[in-house]
Amino acid sequence: MADFKQLVEHYSKSYTIKDVREQKPSLAFLRVGKDEAVHLIRDLQETAGYTHLSFLTAIDWIEKGHFTLTYMLHNYAARHSIGVHVNIERQPAEMESIHQLWAQAATYQRELREMYGIRFPGSPRLDDDFCLEGWDDIPPMRREFDTVKYSQERFFDRPGRASEDPRAHMQQILYPTHKD
Amino acid sequence: MIHKDQSLGPLPNEGLSPEERDLFSNARPTLYEPYPLEVVEKFVNWVRANSLWMLGFGTGCGAIELNPLMTSRFDVYRLGFQPRPTPRQSSVFMIGGYSSVKTLKRIVRSYEQMQGPKFVVALGICPVNGGMYWDSYNTINKIDLYIPVDLYITGCMPRPEVLLAGVLELKKKIKEGRADGANRYVENFDWYKANQKRIIKDWNMPDYNW
Repeated sequence: MADFKQLVEHYSKSYTIKDVREQKPSLAFLRVGKDEAVHLIRDLQETAGYTHLSFLTAIDWIEKGHFTLTYMLHNYAARHSIGVHVNIERQPAEMESIHQLWAQAATYQRELREMYGIRFPGSPRLDDDFCLEGWDDIPPMRREFDTVKYSQERFFDRPGRASEDPRAHMQQILYPTHKD
Repeated sequence: MIHKDQSLGPLPNEGLSPEERDLFSNARPTLYEPYPLEVVEKFVNWVRANSLWMLGFGTGCGAIELNPLMTSRFDVYRLGFQPRPTPRQSSVFMIGGYSSVKTLKRIVRSYEQMQGPKFVVALGICPVNGGMYWDSYNTINKIDLYIPVDLYITGCMPRPEVLLAGVLELKKKIKEGRADGANRYVENFDWYKANQKRIIKDWNMPDYNW
Protein backbone atom coordinates (compact mmCIF):
# COMPACT_ATOMS: atom_id res chain seq x y z
CA MET A 1 0.00 0.00 0.00
CA ALA A 2 1.57 3.25 -1.15
CA ASP A 3 -0.23 5.30 1.48
CA PHE A 4 1.39 3.26 4.22
CA LYS A 5 4.90 4.11 2.96
CA GLN A 6 3.96 7.81 2.97
CA LEU A 7 2.51 7.39 6.43
CA VAL A 8 5.72 5.85 7.77
CA GLU A 9 7.76 8.55 6.08
CA HIS A 10 5.55 11.22 7.60
CA TYR A 11 5.68 9.81 11.12
CA SER A 12 9.42 9.10 10.94
CA LYS A 13 9.94 12.86 11.25
CA SER A 14 8.55 12.85 14.80
CA TYR A 15 9.03 9.24 15.98
CA THR A 16 11.80 6.63 15.77
CA ILE A 17 10.02 3.91 13.81
CA LYS A 18 11.88 0.63 13.33
CA ASP A 19 11.30 -2.81 11.82
CA VAL A 20 8.68 -1.72 9.28
CA ARG A 21 7.26 -4.85 7.68
CA GLU A 22 4.47 -5.08 5.14
CA GLN A 23 3.13 -8.58 5.54
CA LYS A 24 0.41 -8.24 2.92
CA PRO A 25 -1.36 -5.32 1.22
CA SER A 26 -3.85 -5.00 4.05
CA LEU A 27 -1.52 -5.60 7.00
CA ALA A 28 1.71 -4.01 8.18
CA PHE A 29 3.77 -3.95 11.36
CA LEU A 30 6.12 -1.43 12.87
CA ARG A 31 8.02 -1.08 16.12
CA VAL A 32 8.27 1.98 18.27
CA GLY A 33 9.80 2.88 21.64
CA LYS A 34 7.86 2.59 24.88
CA ASP A 35 7.82 6.37 25.51
CA GLU A 36 6.52 7.25 22.07
CA ALA A 37 4.04 4.43 21.57
CA VAL A 38 0.90 6.00 23.00
CA HIS A 39 1.58 9.29 21.18
CA LEU A 40 1.99 7.48 17.88
CA ILE A 41 -1.17 5.45 18.47
CA ARG A 42 -3.09 8.61 19.26
CA ASP A 43 -1.79 10.22 16.06
CA LEU A 44 -2.80 7.18 14.04
CA GLN A 45 -6.25 7.25 15.59
CA GLU A 46 -6.90 10.98 15.30
CA THR A 47 -5.22 11.99 12.07
CA ALA A 48 -4.52 8.88 9.99
CA GLY A 49 -7.97 7.26 10.29
CA TYR A 50 -6.98 4.15 12.30
CA THR A 51 -10.03 4.49 14.49
CA HIS A 52 -10.56 0.85 15.44
CA LEU A 53 -8.59 -1.07 18.05
CA SER A 54 -8.79 -4.70 16.92
CA PHE A 55 -6.90 -6.11 19.88
CA LEU A 56 -4.12 -5.56 22.36
CA THR A 57 -1.99 -8.52 23.28
CA ALA A 58 1.39 -9.44 24.75
CA ILE A 59 4.15 -11.92 23.94
CA ASP A 60 6.62 -13.06 26.58
CA TRP A 61 10.16 -13.09 25.12
CA ILE A 62 11.77 -14.56 28.20
CA GLU A 63 15.09 -15.26 26.38
CA LYS A 64 15.41 -11.64 25.31
CA GLY A 65 14.14 -10.40 28.67
CA HIS A 66 11.18 -8.33 27.54
CA PHE A 67 7.47 -8.41 26.73
CA THR A 68 6.23 -7.29 23.32
CA LEU A 69 2.87 -5.57 23.33
CA THR A 70 0.99 -5.51 20.02
CA TYR A 71 -1.63 -2.85 19.39
CA MET A 72 -3.56 -3.83 16.27
CA LEU A 73 -5.28 -0.81 14.71
CA HIS A 74 -7.61 -0.82 11.73
CA ASN A 75 -8.54 1.85 9.20
CA TYR A 76 -12.05 1.19 7.86
CA ALA A 77 -11.79 3.63 4.94
CA ALA A 78 -8.47 2.27 3.66
CA ARG A 79 -9.20 -1.33 4.78
CA HIS A 80 -5.75 -1.47 6.27
CA SER A 81 -4.41 -2.71 9.62
CA ILE A 82 -1.27 -1.66 11.43
CA GLY A 83 0.25 -3.66 14.27
CA VAL A 84 2.29 -1.44 16.58
CA HIS A 85 4.89 -3.47 18.49
CA VAL A 86 6.23 -2.06 21.74
CA ASN A 87 8.92 -3.71 23.85
CA ILE A 88 8.63 -3.27 27.59
CA GLU A 89 10.89 -4.65 30.29
CA ARG A 90 9.71 -7.67 32.27
CA GLN A 91 10.55 -6.29 35.71
CA PRO A 92 8.72 -4.04 36.52
CA ALA A 93 6.28 -4.72 33.68
CA GLU A 94 4.45 -1.46 33.24
CA MET A 95 2.96 0.44 30.30
CA GLU A 96 1.01 3.63 29.78
CA SER A 97 -2.74 3.00 29.54
CA ILE A 98 -4.71 3.76 26.38
CA HIS A 99 -8.17 3.60 27.94
CA GLN A 100 -8.67 7.32 27.14
CA LEU A 101 -8.36 6.53 23.43
CA TRP A 102 -10.56 3.42 23.42
CA ALA A 103 -12.69 2.63 26.46
CA GLN A 104 -12.66 -1.08 25.61
CA ALA A 105 -8.87 -1.14 25.95
CA ALA A 106 -9.41 -1.23 29.72
CA THR A 107 -10.72 -4.79 29.36
CA TYR A 108 -7.65 -5.90 27.42
CA GLN A 109 -5.47 -4.27 30.02
CA ARG A 110 -7.28 -6.06 32.83
CA GLU A 111 -6.64 -9.34 31.04
CA LEU A 112 -2.95 -8.56 30.50
CA ARG A 113 -2.60 -7.60 34.15
CA GLU A 114 -4.07 -10.93 35.20
CA MET A 115 -2.41 -13.23 32.66
CA TYR A 116 1.03 -11.54 32.37
CA GLY A 117 1.21 -9.24 35.37
CA ILE A 118 1.66 -6.14 33.20
CA ARG A 119 0.43 -3.05 35.01
CA PHE A 120 -1.33 -0.14 33.27
CA PRO A 121 -1.53 2.64 35.89
CA GLY A 122 -4.83 4.54 35.82
CA SER A 123 -6.74 1.92 33.84
CA PRO A 124 -10.23 1.38 35.33
CA ARG A 125 -10.91 -1.80 37.35
CA LEU A 126 -7.39 -3.01 36.59
CA ASP A 127 -7.10 -5.19 39.68
CA ASP A 128 -10.51 -6.86 39.39
CA ASP A 129 -10.56 -10.56 38.55
CA PHE A 130 -10.94 -11.17 34.84
CA CYS A 131 -10.99 -14.93 34.21
CA LEU A 132 -9.27 -16.39 37.23
CA GLU A 133 -10.79 -16.15 40.65
CA GLY A 134 -8.61 -15.90 43.71
CA TRP A 135 -5.34 -16.49 41.82
CA ASP A 136 -2.40 -16.44 44.24
CA ASP A 137 0.57 -17.54 42.11
CA ILE A 138 2.67 -15.79 39.46
CA PRO A 139 0.56 -14.88 36.41
CA PRO A 140 -0.09 -18.07 34.43
CA MET A 141 0.85 -16.87 30.94
CA ARG A 142 4.35 -15.83 32.00
CA ARG A 143 6.82 -18.33 30.62
CA GLU A 144 8.55 -18.96 33.95
CA PHE A 145 5.22 -20.32 35.26
CA ASP A 146 5.45 -24.13 35.33
CA THR A 147 1.94 -25.32 34.55
CA VAL A 148 2.69 -29.06 35.00
CA LYS A 149 4.17 -28.53 38.45
CA TYR A 150 1.32 -26.23 39.43
CA SER A 151 -1.29 -28.71 38.22
CA GLN A 152 0.31 -31.61 40.06
CA GLU A 153 0.56 -29.69 43.31
CA ARG A 154 -2.85 -28.11 43.13
CA PHE A 155 -5.08 -30.72 41.51
CA PHE A 156 -3.47 -33.73 43.18
CA ASP A 157 -2.65 -35.79 40.13
CA ARG A 158 -4.43 -39.10 39.86
CA PRO A 159 -2.04 -41.98 40.69
CA GLY A 160 -1.50 -44.63 38.06
CA ARG A 161 -1.44 -42.35 35.04
CA ALA A 162 0.99 -43.89 32.55
CA SER A 163 1.89 -43.52 28.89
CA GLU A 164 2.47 -46.44 26.56
CA ASP A 165 4.46 -46.56 23.35
CA PRO A 166 1.55 -46.96 20.87
CA ARG A 167 3.39 -49.39 18.56
CA ALA A 168 4.61 -51.73 21.29
CA HIS A 169 1.30 -51.54 23.16
CA MET A 170 -0.91 -52.38 20.16
CA GLN A 171 1.46 -55.13 19.07
CA GLN A 172 1.17 -56.67 22.51
CA ILE A 173 -2.63 -56.57 22.27
CA LEU A 174 -3.14 -57.62 18.64
CA TYR A 175 -0.17 -59.92 17.92
CA PRO A 176 1.22 -61.07 21.27
CA THR A 177 3.28 -63.91 19.69
CA HIS A 178 4.78 -61.80 16.90
CA LYS A 179 8.49 -60.95 17.14
CA ASP A 180 10.09 -58.08 15.20
CA MET B 1 -11.31 -43.64 50.37
CA ILE B 2 -14.12 -43.37 52.93
CA HIS B 3 -13.69 -40.96 55.80
CA LYS B 4 -16.60 -41.16 58.22
CA ASP B 5 -17.66 -37.79 59.50
CA GLN B 6 -16.77 -37.44 63.18
CA SER B 7 -17.59 -33.88 64.24
CA LEU B 8 -21.25 -33.11 63.70
CA GLY B 9 -21.56 -29.52 64.84
CA PRO B 10 -23.13 -26.69 62.84
CA LEU B 11 -21.17 -25.42 59.83
CA PRO B 12 -18.92 -22.43 60.53
CA ASN B 13 -19.71 -20.57 57.24
CA GLU B 14 -16.40 -18.74 57.54
CA GLY B 15 -16.48 -17.58 53.93
CA LEU B 16 -19.36 -15.23 54.68
CA SER B 17 -19.09 -11.84 56.32
CA PRO B 18 -20.59 -11.63 59.86
CA GLU B 19 -23.63 -9.66 58.60
CA GLU B 20 -24.35 -12.23 55.92
CA ARG B 21 -23.84 -15.19 58.20
CA ASP B 22 -27.28 -14.87 59.82
CA LEU B 23 -28.98 -14.98 56.43
CA PHE B 24 -27.83 -18.50 55.57
CA SER B 25 -28.47 -21.85 57.15
CA ASN B 26 -25.56 -23.46 58.97
CA ALA B 27 -27.17 -26.91 59.14
CA ARG B 28 -25.40 -29.96 57.75
CA PRO B 29 -26.94 -32.02 54.99
CA THR B 30 -28.75 -35.14 56.21
CA LEU B 31 -28.62 -38.73 55.09
CA TYR B 32 -31.41 -40.19 53.02
CA GLU B 33 -33.16 -42.95 54.94
CA PRO B 34 -34.82 -45.58 52.76
CA TYR B 35 -38.39 -46.62 53.43
CA PRO B 36 -38.68 -49.37 56.06
CA LEU B 37 -40.60 -51.63 53.71
CA GLU B 38 -38.29 -52.86 50.97
CA VAL B 39 -41.05 -53.20 48.43
CA VAL B 40 -42.00 -49.54 48.90
CA GLU B 41 -38.41 -48.43 48.43
CA LYS B 42 -38.14 -50.51 45.27
CA PHE B 43 -41.34 -49.00 43.90
CA VAL B 44 -40.16 -45.45 44.71
CA ASN B 45 -36.82 -46.14 43.04
CA TRP B 46 -38.64 -47.34 39.92
CA VAL B 47 -40.64 -44.11 39.91
CA ARG B 48 -37.49 -42.01 40.36
CA ALA B 49 -35.71 -43.78 37.53
CA ASN B 50 -38.54 -42.98 35.13
CA SER B 51 -38.70 -39.27 35.83
CA LEU B 52 -35.18 -37.88 35.61
CA TRP B 53 -34.88 -34.13 35.26
CA MET B 54 -31.49 -32.93 34.14
CA LEU B 55 -29.98 -29.61 35.14
CA GLY B 56 -29.43 -27.61 31.95
CA PHE B 57 -25.98 -26.40 32.92
CA GLY B 58 -23.33 -27.14 30.30
CA THR B 59 -20.15 -27.01 32.32
CA GLY B 60 -17.74 -27.78 29.47
CA CYS B 61 -17.45 -28.72 25.83
CA GLY B 62 -19.33 -32.01 26.44
CA ALA B 63 -22.55 -30.06 26.77
CA ILE B 64 -22.65 -29.80 22.97
CA GLU B 65 -23.47 -33.52 22.83
CA LEU B 66 -26.49 -33.01 25.06
CA ASN B 67 -28.33 -30.95 22.44
CA PRO B 68 -28.77 -33.74 19.84
CA LEU B 69 -29.77 -35.99 22.72
CA MET B 70 -32.88 -33.88 23.23
CA THR B 71 -33.94 -33.57 19.60
CA SER B 72 -35.92 -36.00 17.46
CA ARG B 73 -33.13 -38.28 16.27
CA PHE B 74 -32.02 -39.57 19.66
CA ASP B 75 -35.01 -38.29 21.66
CA VAL B 76 -34.08 -38.91 25.25
CA TYR B 77 -37.50 -37.65 26.35
CA ARG B 78 -38.95 -41.09 25.60
CA LEU B 79 -36.88 -42.38 28.55
CA GLY B 80 -38.47 -39.86 30.91
CA PHE B 81 -35.37 -37.69 30.83
CA GLN B 82 -35.63 -33.96 30.24
CA PRO B 83 -33.70 -30.78 30.99
CA ARG B 84 -34.82 -28.23 33.56
CA PRO B 85 -33.63 -24.63 33.89
CA THR B 86 -32.88 -24.56 37.61
CA PRO B 87 -31.14 -26.81 40.13
CA ARG B 88 -34.19 -26.64 42.41
CA GLN B 89 -36.19 -28.71 39.91
CA SER B 90 -33.45 -31.07 38.81
CA SER B 91 -32.40 -34.51 39.91
CA VAL B 92 -29.55 -35.29 37.49
CA PHE B 93 -26.41 -33.20 37.08
CA MET B 94 -24.55 -33.91 33.83
CA ILE B 95 -20.96 -32.70 34.18
CA GLY B 96 -20.26 -31.81 30.55
CA GLY B 97 -16.56 -32.53 30.15
CA TYR B 98 -13.71 -30.52 31.65
CA SER B 99 -14.33 -28.23 34.56
CA SER B 100 -12.27 -25.17 35.35
CA VAL B 101 -11.79 -24.00 38.92
CA LYS B 102 -14.20 -21.15 38.30
CA THR B 103 -16.85 -23.57 37.02
CA LEU B 104 -16.21 -25.98 39.88
CA LYS B 105 -17.42 -23.34 42.32
CA ARG B 106 -20.70 -23.08 40.37
CA ILE B 107 -20.91 -26.87 40.10
CA VAL B 108 -20.62 -27.26 43.87
CA ARG B 109 -23.19 -24.55 44.44
CA SER B 110 -25.66 -25.99 41.92
CA TYR B 111 -25.16 -29.53 43.15
CA GLU B 112 -25.87 -28.58 46.74
CA GLN B 113 -28.95 -26.59 45.73
CA MET B 114 -30.47 -29.60 43.99
CA GLN B 115 -33.18 -31.39 45.97
CA GLY B 116 -32.66 -35.02 46.80
CA PRO B 117 -32.71 -37.63 45.41
CA LYS B 118 -29.97 -36.39 43.10
CA PHE B 119 -27.50 -38.08 40.81
CA VAL B 120 -24.33 -36.96 39.05
CA VAL B 121 -23.24 -38.22 35.63
CA ALA B 122 -19.79 -37.19 34.38
CA LEU B 123 -19.23 -37.13 30.63
CA GLY B 124 -15.94 -37.52 28.87
CA ILE B 125 -12.44 -38.34 29.99
CA CYS B 126 -11.68 -34.96 31.58
CA PRO B 127 -13.67 -35.53 34.80
CA VAL B 128 -11.86 -38.86 35.24
CA ASN B 129 -8.20 -37.82 35.03
CA GLY B 130 -8.03 -34.42 33.36
CA GLY B 131 -7.86 -35.78 29.81
CA MET B 132 -6.04 -33.50 27.40
CA TYR B 133 -6.13 -30.75 30.04
CA TRP B 134 -4.28 -32.83 32.64
CA ASP B 135 -1.48 -30.24 32.94
CA SER B 136 -3.63 -27.12 32.73
CA TYR B 137 -3.26 -24.58 35.51
CA ASN B 138 -6.99 -24.00 35.55
CA THR B 139 -8.69 -27.35 34.95
CA ILE B 140 -9.29 -29.86 37.71
CA ASN B 141 -8.13 -33.42 37.17
CA LYS B 142 -10.66 -35.59 38.94
CA ILE B 143 -14.18 -34.41 39.69
CA ASP B 144 -14.81 -37.25 42.12
CA LEU B 145 -12.68 -35.49 44.73
CA TYR B 146 -15.11 -32.56 44.88
CA ILE B 147 -18.56 -33.97 44.27
CA PRO B 148 -19.70 -37.61 44.27
CA VAL B 149 -20.19 -39.13 40.82
CA ASP B 150 -22.72 -41.93 40.26
CA LEU B 151 -21.85 -42.75 36.67
CA TYR B 152 -19.02 -42.00 34.26
CA ILE B 153 -19.55 -41.95 30.50
CA THR B 154 -16.11 -41.88 28.97
CA GLY B 155 -14.99 -40.76 25.53
CA CYS B 156 -13.75 -37.55 23.98
CA MET B 157 -16.42 -36.65 23.03
CA PRO B 158 -19.01 -39.26 24.05
CA ARG B 159 -21.47 -39.63 21.17
CA PRO B 160 -25.21 -39.29 21.84
CA GLU B 161 -25.57 -43.06 21.48
CA VAL B 162 -23.23 -43.51 24.41
CA LEU B 163 -25.13 -40.93 26.39
CA LEU B 164 -28.35 -42.85 25.72
CA ALA B 165 -26.66 -46.00 26.98
CA GLY B 166 -25.47 -44.01 29.98
CA VAL B 167 -28.98 -42.83 30.77
CA LEU B 168 -30.21 -46.42 30.64
CA GLU B 169 -27.35 -47.50 32.89
CA LEU B 170 -28.17 -44.72 35.34
CA LYS B 171 -31.81 -45.85 35.40
CA LYS B 172 -30.66 -49.38 36.09
CA LYS B 173 -28.48 -48.21 38.96
CA ILE B 174 -31.30 -46.17 40.46
CA LYS B 175 -33.74 -49.07 40.24
CA GLU B 176 -31.23 -51.29 42.01
CA GLY B 177 -30.70 -48.62 44.66
CA ARG B 178 -26.99 -48.30 43.89
CA ALA B 179 -26.95 -44.61 42.89
CA ASP B 180 -26.13 -43.37 46.39
CA GLY B 181 -23.78 -40.46 45.59
CA ALA B 182 -25.80 -37.98 47.63
CA ASN B 183 -25.42 -40.16 50.72
CA ARG B 184 -21.69 -40.50 50.12
CA TYR B 185 -21.51 -36.71 49.99
CA VAL B 186 -23.23 -36.44 53.36
CA GLU B 187 -21.14 -39.16 54.99
CA ASN B 188 -17.83 -37.69 53.82
CA PHE B 189 -18.97 -34.09 53.88
CA ASP B 190 -15.90 -32.67 55.65
CA TRP B 191 -13.53 -34.48 53.30
CA TYR B 192 -15.32 -33.16 50.19
CA LYS B 193 -15.47 -29.67 51.68
CA ALA B 194 -11.75 -29.68 52.49
CA ASN B 195 -10.94 -30.73 48.92
CA GLN B 196 -13.18 -28.03 47.49
CA LYS B 197 -11.67 -25.32 49.66
CA ARG B 198 -8.17 -26.43 48.76
CA ILE B 199 -8.94 -25.53 45.14
CA ILE B 200 -11.42 -22.66 45.39
CA LYS B 201 -9.47 -19.82 46.92
CA ASP B 202 -12.15 -17.14 47.07
CA TRP B 203 -14.74 -19.07 49.04
CA ASN B 204 -17.53 -16.52 49.54
CA MET B 205 -20.57 -18.75 49.89
CA PRO B 206 -22.05 -20.78 52.75
CA ASP B 207 -20.45 -24.14 53.49
CA TYR B 208 -23.61 -25.90 52.36
CA ASN B 209 -25.92 -24.15 49.88
CA TRP B 210 -29.36 -25.17 51.04
